[in-house]
Amino acid sequence: MTSEQAAMGTTVTAPQGTPPGAGRERVFGLVQRHGAAAVLVLLLVTGSLAFERFPTGDNLGNIAITSSFLATVALGMTFVIITGGIDLSVGSVFALGGVLAAYGVRWGSLAALLLPLAVCGAIGLLQGLLIARVRLAPFIVTLAGLLGARGLLLSISDEGARTYLIPHASLLARIGQGSVLGVGYPVYLTLVLFLAGAVLLQRTRFGQSVYAIGGGQDAAALMGVPVTRTKVTVYVMSGLLAGFAGALNAARLSSGVTILGTGMELDVIAAVVIGGTLLTGGAGSVSGTIAGVLLLGVIQNLINQIGDLSSSYQQVVSGAFLAVVVVVQTYLSRVQRLR
Amino acid sequence: MTDDGPLLEVSGIVKRFTGVLALDRVSVRLAPGEVHALVGENGAGKSTLIKVITGVHRPDEGEVRLAGLRAEFASPLEAQRAGIQAVHQEIGLVPSMSVGRNLLLGREPRRRFGLIDVRRMEREAARTLESYGIGVDVRRPLRSLGVGAQQMIALARAVSVDARVVVMDEPTSSLESREVETLFKVIGRLRAQGISVIYVSHRLDELYRICDGVTVLRDGRVVHQGPLAELDRLRLVSLMLGRPVSDVRAQGVTKFSGAHDTADEAPVVEASGLTRRHMLDDVSVAIRPGEVVGLGGLLGAGRTETAKAIAGALPLDGGRVTVAGVPLRRGSAAAIKAGVALLPEDRKAEGIIPTLSVRENIALAALPRLSRGGVVSDARIDRIVETFMKRLRIKASGPHQRVAELSGGNQQKVLIARWLATEPRILLLDEPTRGIDVGAKAEVQALIDELAEAGLGVLLISSDLEELVEGSDRVVVLKDGAVVGELTGSELTEEGVMTTIASHSRAEDDGG
Amino acid sequence: MTDAAVPLSRLDRGRVLAWLQDYGVYAAIAALVLVNVAITPHFLTLENLRTQLVQVAPIVIVSLGMALVIGTEGVDLSVGSVMALATALLPLYLGYGVVPAIVVALLGGVAVGLVNGSLVAFVGVQPIVATLALFVGGRGLALVVAGGQLKDIHNPDLLNLGSSSMAGIPLPVVVAIVLTVAVTAVVRRTTFGRRLVAIGGNRTASELSGLPVKRILLLVYVASGLLAAAAGILATARLQASDPSSLGLLMELSAITAVVVGGTPLTGGRVRVLGTVAGALLIQLVRATLIKHNLSDSLAQMVQAVIILAAVYAARGQDGR
Repeated sequence: MTSEQAAMGTTVTAPQGTPPGAGRERVFGLVQRHGAAAVLVLLLVTGSLAFERFPTGDNLGNIAITSSFLATVALGMTFVIITGGIDLSVGSVFALGGVLAAYGVRWGSLAALLLPLAVCGAIGLLQGLLIARVRLAPFIVTLAGLLGARGLLLSISDEGARTYLIPHASLLARIGQGSVLGVGYPVYLTLVLFLAGAVLLQRTRFGQSVYAIGGGQDAAALMGVPVTRTKVTVYVMSGLLAGFAGALNAARLSSGVTILGTGMELDVIAAVVIGGTLLTGGAGSVSGTIAGVLLLGVIQNLINQIGDLSSSYQQVVSGAFLAVVVVVQTYLSRVQRLR
Repeated sequence: MTDDGPLLEVSGIVKRFTGVLALDRVSVRLAPGEVHALVGENGAGKSTLIKVITGVHRPDEGEVRLAGLRAEFASPLEAQRAGIQAVHQEIGLVPSMSVGRNLLLGREPRRRFGLIDVRRMEREAARTLESYGIGVDVRRPLRSLGVGAQQMIALARAVSVDARVVVMDEPTSSLESREVETLFKVIGRLRAQGISVIYVSHRLDELYRICDGVTVLRDGRVVHQGPLAELDRLRLVSLMLGRPVSDVRAQGVTKFSGAHDTADEAPVVEASGLTRRHMLDDVSVAIRPGEVVGLGGLLGAGRTETAKAIAGALPLDGGRVTVAGVPLRRGSAAAIKAGVALLPEDRKAEGIIPTLSVRENIALAALPRLSRGGVVSDARIDRIVETFMKRLRIKASGPHQRVAELSGGNQQKVLIARWLATEPRILLLDEPTRGIDVGAKAEVQALIDELAEAGLGVLLISSDLEELVEGSDRVVVLKDGAVVGELTGSELTEEGVMTTIASHSRAEDDGG
Repeated sequence: MTDAAVPLSRLDRGRVLAWLQDYGVYAAIAALVLVNVAITPHFLTLENLRTQLVQVAPIVIVSLGMALVIGTEGVDLSVGSVMALATALLPLYLGYGVVPAIVVALLGGVAVGLVNGSLVAFVGVQPIVATLALFVGGRGLALVVAGGQLKDIHNPDLLNLGSSSMAGIPLPVVVAIVLTVAVTAVVRRTTFGRRLVAIGGNRTASELSGLPVKRILLLVYVASGLLAAAAGILATARLQASDPSSLGLLMELSAITAVVVGGTPLTGGRVRVLGTVAGALLIQLVRATLIKHNLSDSLAQMVQAVIILAAVYAARGQDGR
């Protein structure tokens, strides 16, 4: 029956052609996904024009290496935030990872890497279980994790009074401090991790589960997505990556500095959010996070270039920047929703 | 139907929640290719039974057998793998993901190293949808589609996963009639493939059209089971209600008394030229004191939007609303102050404040008149709350019980009380009896009558055509955001409303 | 029969958790006091009591604001930074007298509250994110204002605020009590208070009920900023120095803990003022107990972590029915 077929067609076929407002939506979508990268390019260009010391290989390499640790932590955070969660413990875990690496180096460089991974992974596992299985709010669980990890750190460093050193000759120190083509090893490691992260997120069922949980957890569960396992996994990943970044950072600094990482969770969240990942979950990308991290790194570097500004301005600027991004994002997603 | 053994056999299921018995020894058998109706009032245990069958809940006692084999599902995933698929009221897909990814979530075609083959995934998704006559770009985010299309995709997903049993929970609740036809065709195809369907719906017409067998649940127990064709409608209703047939017949189906005489009084509210892009197109409605005006039309015709526009809760591109001749300023607060009250469609999302007590919920909108200088008067609140709890027969352990603990019908009454406490001149009721049990439904219908008689102007939106026709003095029919007709007196019949909607679409087709 | 036993014990567990959420904090305080009376020398002295109460006063004041914010299903991460901003602003106008200095410091808190509130109410940003911006930026601003330096305070009027007493009760404690009473009255007796919990319970429904949702949200964040600034002023007076780099650090954690431990759910729709005060007292008591027995700071932090988790676990049992 042709009339019936016509009826079926009109019923379920989406409006033909471009619905009104779709062009605008696409533009906004682009801004959300690539806004950070665009601003980054803009900043790189103006920075290069304004400061002659800015575009040098040394300086850019420096931005890359200082950003690489934040980036590694932000990679884990990206997964967590896409599931609709948050991990406030990463700053403490980062510091803990560093102290554990410096503590463990006495048993060799391998132990110095495995010890922080094991402990920080375990912290992530515990948090993930509390969040996914016991169903406590992520924000609270990881807040407790922040305190707990910092407490653990203090207790193995005589209340922060002892700083363990990493001998320069150790393999660990060489990984942290060596470089190829003027760029430090940690930068390459970070790039590899990000590539792996991008593939994991976009091209595996695990990645699809991460998106699905953030887009609608109940629906995802009903569609057979292994919600608990996926959520636990992202928190373990976040813990592992934060601990690994901390260990690497300690290797670069040759010591496990106990006061590192306070407030780092906020920089990390800021970078992820600036990179276009929605804090409400369900949308975001690993490449956006890299852009977000670099954006923060470049801003910091430019503030340093201006020189006579106190470093306090940096906090003001990144706070303001975060506010602007969030306002824009909220506005964009509201426009998208209204269509 | 065939004489084979049952495809799905549920026997002796018992499920308790914190001491409350939700299912009491429930057994259901489904032959291959059978479409089985599962009916009952709210709280009868339908959703619990579905959740047990689909692996969301584990039964405390009893067992589920699929094709003769005992099945114990620890999760919905296990139930799905065994071939039991559910299509839920809430679409049950992820709105932010693309159509294709939704369709194949968890079953994405993979290449080496477990990596998803995106192109093949999109091709497969498009092919699956085409086979159901659904033509959408599979790369679009799901949320950009209409509700009907989303539901079809949910169904396509359910069926394409080698389903043996499909559970449909109120699948037509947000579909337009043409979409319902498409759905029924799909169900017909499932039946031909030997797939069994458990069909949950409140719409009797649909049940009698497509279902073979029926299970009636009441208070967690099976009260009737058998072929649907052998059960007449009245008997079915009486089984659901748990009342003798004679009562139901005597009562009629609705509780409305009849027309109100409002003659030539000046309208208490006049909305003219209400316009908002994609939603409303020059809608005008006037309501006189003591009159019940119905708004008819299909889903998405602009009924809810009209009510919200009158109540100041929808920003407009054009048009104006006057109450007793005075133009209304923007915003809900101004409308409420002028005496406009809107009972919203979605009780849970837009109505009750679940954390607060019955008392606080009732007093909420009337707080300005129950306080002085920003300080609330407990005495005045207590008086009003007591009055309305008595008048509306709100069943609660007391004014301080949390509203979330009440039944749907009583929550609805609390919301009506909230609005009556503001002493409105006009009441906009958006689906006032949806999702509440039949007893409460009758009470609410009687109340609408009573309020109109007391001089309130009432705007009644209802998908229940019978309720709309019997309850209204006049029905304004909307389609695609515009007024397409108005029915009064003898023209005001269910058929009249449907004809008005249908005739307009023909005119439209001719024009185009 | 085991079948009957399972749901019964589950019911009991729900009831126990509900009780714990509502009164657990008082029980914990009572238990800790008893333990201290038994094992801590000089615990029940007037002097010790005064010290503890003076120390807890700023936490109580910040927590009061936080309770209001959490009641609307929000959270204010910027409170610690607001304290820092207040302490940085305080010395600037001390030359004109203590009143203008305090007014300016309070205005700083109001300004932060206005920014937070506008982001949440008018732009529609999630509270965590909106207040995150000023959490990061606020302390930076404070350091910029103060030139990154610690300043000693010598103004006798301001120092009096931290050290003098009224009827034998230290002034900071008096202020905390007065503010507690005020906030209790606001929550219980005013339309503002009734409406803010309604917004936390269901924002859409509140809008449709004609509540001025945006204005109320704005005011709630302003109130939180104002209270945090007040706490910053009192803390400055007690420390006799303006130290924007460390004042109020981790205060947001303590305040959120106090509120949650006190039985206000993070999901909003409910505010328990007295519970919040008790929550703050509990945190202080735990710290004091550990310090008195020379137990380390690290242990104190871990104990606080466990307290938070226990509190939300109890709350979950309540809401998860």
